[in-house]
Amino acid sequence: MIGKLLTRTPRRIPARPEPGSQYADARALTVRLGGRTVLDGVHLAATAGEVLALVGPNGAGKSTLLAALAADLPAAGGEVRVDGRPADAWSAPELALRRAVLPQSAALSFPFTVAEVVRMGRAPWAGTPAEDEDGAAVAAAMAATEVTPFSARPFAALSGGERARVALARTLAQRAPLLLLDEPTAALDLRHQELVLRICRQRAAAGDAVVVVLHDLGLASAYADRVAVLHGGRIAAQGPPAEVFEADLLSRIYRQPIEVVAHPGTGTPLVVPVRSR
Amino acid sequence: MTTLSPTSAEPATEPDPAPPSRPARRRAPLLLVLGLAAALLSAALLSAGTGAYGIPVGEVAGSVLHRLHLGGAALDRVGESVLWNVRLPRVVLALLVGASLGCAGALMQGVFGNPLAEPGVIGISAGAAVGAVGAIALGLTFLGNWTVTVCAFAAGLSTVGLVYLLSRSGGRSEVVTLILTGIAVNAFAGALIGLFVFLADNAQISQITFWQLGSLSQATWPKVLAVLPCALAGLAVAPLYARKLDLLALGERSARHLGVDVERLRIVLILVVALLTAAAVAVAGIITFVGLLVPHLLRMAAGPGHRFLIPGSALAGALVLVVADLAARTAVAPAELPLGVLTALFGSPFFFWLLRRTRRRQGGWA
Repeated sequence: MIGKLLTRTPRRIPARPEPGSQYADARALTVRLGGRTVLDGVHLAATAGEVLALVGPNGAGKSTLLAALAADLPAAGGEVRVDGRPADAWSAPELALRRAVLPQSAALSFPFTVAEVVRMGRAPWAGTPAEDEDGAAVAAAMAATEVTPFSARPFAALSGGERARVALARTLAQRAPLLLLDEPTAALDLRHQELVLRICRQRAAAGDAVVVVLHDLGLASAYADRVAVLHGGRIAAQGPPAEVFEADLLSRIYRQPIEVVAHPGTGTPLVVPVRSR
Repeated sequence: MTTLSPTSAEPATEPDPAPPSRPARRRAPLLLVLGLAAALLSAALLSAGTGAYGIPVGEVAGSVLHRLHLGGAALDRVGESVLWNVRLPRVVLALLVGASLGCAGALMQGVFGNPLAEPGVIGISAGAAVGAVGAIALGLTFLGNWTVTVCAFAAGLSTVGLVYLLSRSGGRSEVVTLILTGIAVNAFAGALIGLFVFLADNAQISQITFWQLGSLSQATWPKVLAVLPCALAGLAVAPLYARKLDLLALGERSARHLGVDVERLRIVLILVVALLTAAAVAVAGIITFVGLLVPHLLRMAAGPGHRFLIPGSALAGALVLVVADLAARTAVAPAELPLGVLTALFGSPFFFWLLRRTRRRQGGWA
């Protein structure tokens, strides 16, 4: 047992995914948590070079689906595949080279500085040739999320929105081909919400597969290549935002009258609740 | 590989390509380690020379160098005997026990992700105490002088195993479950100790009480040898996991996302902590606050990175215990204060102060 605990298995370094190829997917995925079926027969693919937005009302299973794609949760039925293998067949160090995850809330138990936290994102690459780009990856991720000015401050001394951006910077510094972001815009102001989704687009343009849980349908509509609408643990609709964001469907799922209008300038669908005043 | 550049529309506020660093924070750990090592050496020499039979520090160093065949000169017969049969075993034991407790504290706090966790939390100290007290009360002598040590060690290890098994469910061990299980085990161990005290006769009760207070007065070379392998093994393995412990500060899930096999890390580190704490408790009784205070102070001085914190805590723990033992046996000479009482007496108010100060400064523990 001691021998097994101390040995280190060699890691397979991932190749960059082909643009347009499926990098990770859920096949007939069913997940049960505490006896309740949270996901029921979900099919979903994360494609290299694409931003996929998961939307849906509270409790629809968005975060559970993201966690299952991250191989955090065991599947009760179906399977999750990442980079051509079942997700649970990868070892933790190998999976860390393939997917980076931004959790919904960022916690830290010791007073590490912002720069130290972002640098933790490079840990999976220790001992590989990519270790050489650690400094550049950290600096680029911090610049992109605009956290460089407070790099020397302790993480605990930051505001909620600043912490969220530092956590995102750590996830970006990991430079994994699959990026899973759980509500990255929740704590952010308008400017930084846009910034985060532009970063998602840049990562997709560079060939990564990006899956992002969003509550703001306007952001999903403007930035996602594809949208999956979850409802009661199933996927109610999936496709480009212009096709999926349809007033009747959204009104039914959100139990709130919703209208969808085209932006006068760009034609992007704008999703607005119907408000009676 | 992908590169991230600030978009042209929104120039980043500070497009500095060099990774930011704080030189003071980078250098502080190295200076601290050197300072601690120097302080530990002087404290050890001073302690070895101080006592009813005083030996100047220079002559202590000379005698040690002489035995190492590095020059120096031997003392007279009485001096050599006092130094090598009484003082040095005690200093070395204080050093080993302190290093073990400090290192175990740093590991424990890292594993639990809680700066207030201490080796007693999951019941190792209490479990080891049950073994020792049981051996004394039942008058066990199957291993001669080593019986108490071995019983304490065995009981401590099996307690950790028990706590770990009880707190596991679904292949995971949650921190809260682990700590709550530790509380239950501590209570059970307390009851067992009470039972053994009830069964013991008067002479055994005073022996038990003295052992529980924590003391190094019974130090001998065989005792040093009994602790040495466990302590050295634990101290050697611990630094290998420093980087992973840093990642664990992000929480279990995020650590796993960064490639840490959290379950495996836990098992290894809990075994190491068991090794270190049980060894220390077995020879020196329950000495509290070293494992709690030392990592805390070091974190305040040089940041929470475990690559410094683990070896630093071992060094500082050794220093604290060597100094505390010197104080315990000289403050009210020729009588001797129990070491555990001394560390708790100074440790607890200091800890209160630290708690409030740190909380104020960083705005909470999360």
